[in-house]
Amino acid sequence: MSAKFVVGIDLGTTHSALAMAELSSTDAPVRVLEIEQLVSAGAVAKCALLPSFLYFAHQSESALVLPWDGQRRFAVGEFARSRGAEAPQRVIASAKSWLSYGGIDRRAGNLPLGAPEDIEKISPVEASFRFLDHLNEAFRAARLADGEGGGDLSEQEVVLTVPASFDAGARDLTVEAALAAGFEQLTLLEEPQAALYAWIEQNGEAWRSHLRAGDRVLVVDIGGGTTDFSLIDAVEQDGSLGLQRVAVGDHILLGGDNMDLALAHVVGQELAEQGKELDRFQLSALAHACRSAKEKLLSDSSLEQVAVVLPSRGSQLLGGTIRGELRRDQVERYLLEGFFPAVAVNELPKTRPRAGLTQVGLPYATDAAITKHLAAFLARHAFADPSASATDARPPTAILFNGGVLKAEILRTRVIETLNGWLEQRGSARARVLPGEDLDLAVARGAAYYGLVRHGRGLRIRGGTARAYYVGIESPMPALPGLEPPVFALCVAPFGMEEGTVADLPPQELFVVVGEPVTFRFFGSSTRRSDPAGRVLERWRPGELEELPQIELVLPPAGRAAGDVVAVQLQASVTAIGTLKLEAIAQAPITADERWQIELSVRLAPSGSA
Amino acid sequence: MTVTSVPLLSRLWLSWVTSFRILFDGRFASKVRMLQDGESEEPVALPVEPAQAPREVTPSASTDTALQLLALLQREGRFVDFVQQELAAFSDSDIGAAARVVHEGCRRAIRSHARVVSVRNEAEGASLTLERASEDVKLVGNLAGSAPFRGVLRHRGWRIEELRLPTVVGAHDPTLVAPAELELA
Repeated sequence: MSAKFVVGIDLGTTHSALAMAELSSTDAPVRVLEIEQLVSAGAVAKCALLPSFLYFAHQSESALVLPWDGQRRFAVGEFARSRGAEAPQRVIASAKSWLSYGGIDRRAGNLPLGAPEDIEKISPVEASFRFLDHLNEAFRAARLADGEGGGDLSEQEVVLTVPASFDAGARDLTVEAALAAGFEQLTLLEEPQAALYAWIEQNGEAWRSHLRAGDRVLVVDIGGGTTDFSLIDAVEQDGSLGLQRVAVGDHILLGGDNMDLALAHVVGQELAEQGKELDRFQLSALAHACRSAKEKLLSDSSLEQVAVVLPSRGSQLLGGTIRGELRRDQVERYLLEGFFPAVAVNELPKTRPRAGLTQVGLPYATDAAITKHLAAFLARHAFADPSASATDARPPTAILFNGGVLKAEILRTRVIETLNGWLEQRGSARARVLPGEDLDLAVARGAAYYGLVRHGRGLRIRGGTARAYYVGIESPMPALPGLEPPVFALCVAPFGMEEGTVADLPPQELFVVVGEPVTFRFFGSSTRRSDPAGRVLERWRPGELEELPQIELVLPPAGRAAGDVVAVQLQASVTAIGTLKLEAIAQAPITADERWQIELSVRLAPSGSA
Repeated sequence: MTVTSVPLLSRLWLSWVTSFRILFDGRFASKVRMLQDGESEEPVALPVEPAQAPREVTPSASTDTALQLLALLQREGRFVDFVQQELAAFSDSDIGAAARVVHEGCRRAIRSHARVVSVRNEAEGASLTLERASEDVKLVGNLAGSAPFRGVLRHRGWRIEELRLPTVVGAHDPTLVAPAELELA
């Protein structure tokens, strides 16, 4: 069935959003769908954002009713978020960060962490599926309410955004969740690209006068839970302007929520010094109060302090209410200097070795200074010295901001001033700001617009895969006690593979035992951009290759005897959806085109790294 | 007629309660209008401006909707807690701290569910000529003569252009504007 709409979905760490455009008309506008959700016990409302929280009802609670389901025992959205503050063990937050974290089995039921026994825990993949499924239900309900009859997202073209820094495995798992939700006409899009598409959509044809061939756009995307950087070039393409994504940064678990917590900590400490002890509920309320106080201070430079008030928990509001304040100097010291210090270009983020015994937890960034992470990203992709392996290192000429945190002008100014300081020091021209709007909804809007672009409306950003991928192969050598055999890295997929392409590898000598799972070490590199498929690296610079969760191949015994050894050759392709596919092809096939798919990211990440 | 003045806080409460009743109860609204127009006067046949945009309010659900709004204001801004407590024993700074909670929360609740616009956009204190009488503008002071009316704008007035309350789902007791809370250790 041909789709009526193209739908852009921003499946965010803290919020999700959906935008759509009609495919039949040539100038249909992109509009945001307000998502019906439970907002408090027994009340449903439509909101532009769907908080990415999932709450499991306790047996004492009545069903969490939605207009389309009277029996539901879980809730997604605003109610899940606010209820989660009251019963934190029953709520899943940041499912998306877990999806990209190889430290746990991402298909196994392990969320919420530390849930009571009555909850059947679910996997990060299933949690993502539930968010997408809720969007699907809300879409269907909205269509019915418009008198447009049935039709859900399985019948529409869906563009789902992922962080540019998601590796092949995390992308696969995202697609798995989307397919479970029934999204059959699916494409993935990187979030910073979606932000740039939103900017193009918003500017109409005028965008061409803001960007010239030779421009390099730095997209800085700071959301609630993650920070993401990308570089996109404006290039001359067949006589007209084209766009090409040339680099993406690492996955940094650092965002607006960390900032609110840091300020809550500061105010909480001051209150403690005054002898006002806060309980867990009040600390959570404090983070909320600090967020709104922060937003006031950041948007109004005439304010010197804003009161932070924590209402008493009992029905007696007066007397029990605690009053603190957030001062401008604190915001500047902890937010501006803590998260956005004006650092030198060579100040790289501190990495702290993890303690030997750690709790299961997300690998949060250990250095909160976003500007240092930016310096590290640019050092690798834009300011590299000629001896480095990254090719085409060139400073950015323009910057586009995205993400709710950057609604604060003072933070945008700090980022742009820091960047321009680095550029001037290097004798480069200052970068200019591409003015974006609606930083919360831009990614969803841009994704829907990209859906239109795929139908020939407007200009497409080219880029392909953001990493080159390598399979680790142990070199044959005699065993030496205490020494691991050295590992060579075989490039199976070069940087920048486009959707629908196949990388042919020269013949390799790989042998697999039928019926026995074989695991390979798997690596990605965002800096080695010129390795062709088939190149074998015997050594590489520290940090150049990043070890990813292992990959696994099982040859089913069909047609062969278990224990047989089969010679295979690896082949990588990029699917139409935009995911990487690795296959093993039999060198002596017993049936036509005998091949097996290799599972990406099935195992825990090994403790050591290359 | 002698009218005793009502204390400010009670008036605050009264204005809340009556504003909802005016919205949802047509007969009550007409009585209030008579009060406004000057109790004993016959309703004057004045050209009334056509009604503004249709209001998105279902009158049948009147009390439930009012209860829902109270629940919303309680949840977001502790409104019921505030008006239920006696103020006399507390200092202005205590009251101020609580008022911030109430103000910020109720403002957020109102802004996310209703669109409040001023009836007149002129600055308060500005001179104004009204070509004809209308429900929008209450005439006070030396009330005599016929249109056009010249005077000074004292209050710009408020109008709720849109009210979008959450849809009630499931079987919840609407009178429970805030359930009791029991924290399990």
